[in-house]
Amino acid sequence: MSEQLYHVSSSPHIRSQVTTASIMRDVTFALLPSCLFSVYWFGLRALVVLAISVISCQAAELLYFRLAGKKRVAYECSAIVTGLLLGMNLPSTIPLWIPVVGGFFAIIVVKELFGGLGNNFMNPALAARCFLLISFAGPMTSFSVKTASSNIWLGAASVDGLSSATPLAVIKNAGNSTEALPSLFDMFFGFTGGVIGETSILFLLLGALYLVIRKVISLKIPLTYILSFSVFILINNLVKTGTPDFIGIARQLCGGGLVLGAFFMATDYVTCPITPMGKIVFGICLGIVTAVFRLFGNNAEGVSYAIIFCNMLVPLIEKLTIPAAFGLSKKGGNANGK
Amino acid sequence: MKLRTFQGGIHPFDGKELSKNKPITNLSPKGEMVFPLSQHIGAPAVTLVKPGDSVLVGQKIAEAQGFISACIISSVSGIVKAIEPRLTTSGAMAESIVIENDNEYKKIAGFGVERDYTKLSKDEIRTIIKNAGIVGMGGAAFPTHVKLTPKDENGITHVIVNAAECEPYLTSDYRMMLEEPANLITGLKIILSLFDNAKGVIAIENNKPDCIETLDKLLTPEDKNKICVMPLKAKYPQGAERNLIYAVTGKKINSKMLPADAGVIVNNVDTVISVKNAVCNNIPLIRRIITVTGDAVVNPQNFCVPTGMCYQELIDAAGGFKSTPEKIISGGPMMGTSLYNTNVPVTKNSSAILALTKDEVAEKPETPCIRCGRCVSVCPSRLIPQRLQEYSNRFDNEAFENNYGMECYECGSCTFICPAGRKLTQSFKETRKSIIAQRKKK
Repeated sequence: MSEQLYHVSSSPHIRSQVTTASIMRDVTFALLPSCLFSVYWFGLRALVVLAISVISCQAAELLYFRLAGKKRVAYECSAIVTGLLLGMNLPSTIPLWIPVVGGFFAIIVVKELFGGLGNNFMNPALAARCFLLISFAGPMTSFSVKTASSNIWLGAASVDGLSSATPLAVIKNAGNSTEALPSLFDMFFGFTGGVIGETSILFLLLGALYLVIRKVISLKIPLTYILSFSVFILINNLVKTGTPDFIGIARQLCGGGLVLGAFFMATDYVTCPITPMGKIVFGICLGIVTAVFRLFGNNAEGVSYAIIFCNMLVPLIEKLTIPAAFGLSKKGGNANGK
Repeated sequence: MKLRTFQGGIHPFDGKELSKNKPITNLSPKGEMVFPLSQHIGAPAVTLVKPGDSVLVGQKIAEAQGFISACIISSVSGIVKAIEPRLTTSGAMAESIVIENDNEYKKIAGFGVERDYTKLSKDEIRTIIKNAGIVGMGGAAFPTHVKLTPKDENGITHVIVNAAECEPYLTSDYRMMLEEPANLITGLKIILSLFDNAKGVIAIENNKPDCIETLDKLLTPEDKNKICVMPLKAKYPQGAERNLIYAVTGKKINSKMLPADAGVIVNNVDTVISVKNAVCNNIPLIRRIITVTGDAVVNPQNFCVPTGMCYQELIDAAGGFKSTPEKIISGGPMMGTSLYNTNVPVTKNSSAILALTKDEVAEKPETPCIRCGRCVSVCPSRLIPQRLQEYSNRFDNEAFENNYGMECYECGSCTFICPAGRKLTQSFKETRKSIIAQRKKK
């Protein structure tokens, strides 16, 4: 046939501009403000840790693709996000081989062995962090060192000396009224100890705001998470002392990885429920589990374990929260009650 | 006031600027005219002519067969050349009546004679509509006389004119509302005269303020007791029947219900105008308003063309292509059918010819699903497309049905929005087809 044939395909014939890669790029941009702050606060060493974990994640992915003979249709930058999140969950003083181990664990064991992007049932960065916490408890929980003078390698935190212990650890060991506790203002801006990416609530919230504006994340999970967490702590206050301790709640919210976890890790598409109702249930579960871990556990921190624990509840939550279709009721009748 | 709408939906690039200011121009066909016997939902029509017969404009050439079916009327005068399978917009061959146009346009007796609809009985009006071969011109082509004969005539509370025109690029309904607003209102009054308890609603997306204003001005205070113009939020798929009914009345219908079950009848703009033409002027459905548009077309336009005319002639009339198109679509970009060849006839449910220089489908490769949930938030039927595609991929028809897969009406929103370029709608079409085939076997 000499006449020209045109392309055919099933409708729809147009596509939105958003791609997996553009989403991953947006998440990377959103994480940058707090990464930059951490370089100021924890020094160039933080930058090196971040860089090593990003590079090892990417390298692990390339290696796996090569070994398994997997073909890439389009480059989607997901390993970079995993690497960045992993780096942000490590202390800046960590021996530099640990992020390499973490990166390979996150990508190969947690992600690729379960089928790669979209098929992992746990957040790879968090699973790797928990793996590292169990394996190398010492280096994973010791934070900045004190030095005599300002040092570009170790950052402003080293002079301050404030950051030798995390605020949550102080609360855990000495209670909520001790002198050693940083002010709420410092905790909000991030002038405290902790892992690289978690300290500055301000910059994390800025990043989260960007993601909300770009419609990359919805606030369903973060808000229900934070709300149920606060309510649980409040109830605990009331039961224990009879008076609500709002400053204490604010400290719990600003301390540790709650904000990083709620906005950037719990909202991970792959490992959170896809149903609208499921997201709310997931957020509530997270809040309660985190509060239980923090209040009754041995560790001051609980966010990482809470998120990977709730990740495992996702299939169940999804199954129970499939909504009835438009015009139908859950029982199979129609929605107008006829 | 908050604009009425539905939950979900998308905002694709609308492309209507290309053709919205081009008045409708009449085109005369040159060569042979092709009339497929099946250009409506339901049983194909049965031919009334044989090769060699001469036919007139307005002559019935095929009769409706069975309850849900529609007759077919010749749009030209000439000689029946053949009755044979011809290529149609669906991409398949379909039995068609081919008429050689003699370019004389000799009309059948009574064609164009005016009538006063207020003096006709309800049954007379329905018979006229049936004999005029009118079908729903929004795309589904459901025979209009069947739609206007519900089981419970007095239970109909709303007659909605679907003037949403939510598909990107399409401007034919928009032009008709601006150019023939009085006919639209008369047509609506005719339909309202069939239902004693019904109110008329002309539902228009708020991106067409000029239509809203024009129609509203034409309504006399007396008309406004029974008819209103209702602006709706501009969003795809606002014009899908279930969403439209929900936006206008708040009633929810599902796949197992007809709009009439909720006391509603929905008709497209051009269907209502065709009803007016048939009832008041004795002109059956022999023409379509077609938007020829897209970035590959030299001069995007709106045409009024006789049914049976070849698509290629319309493209030529719009100046042809300025660059080679990658893709040609019959209908809108969301639910239209892509054509590999433009030698297909205009049928009663044609609405647009869209020629695009870019094939966005080919440019967005399919990557793994990241479960982002965008498909869930845009689905107007509140389904979980991500899960449905899993069932579909493993041919699990039972799980597909249990998770409400049959409520999908293939609007394409999930596929449009998917960042991983997954062909969700395509999977659903296949699975739905196989489930419907299974049901028929039983």
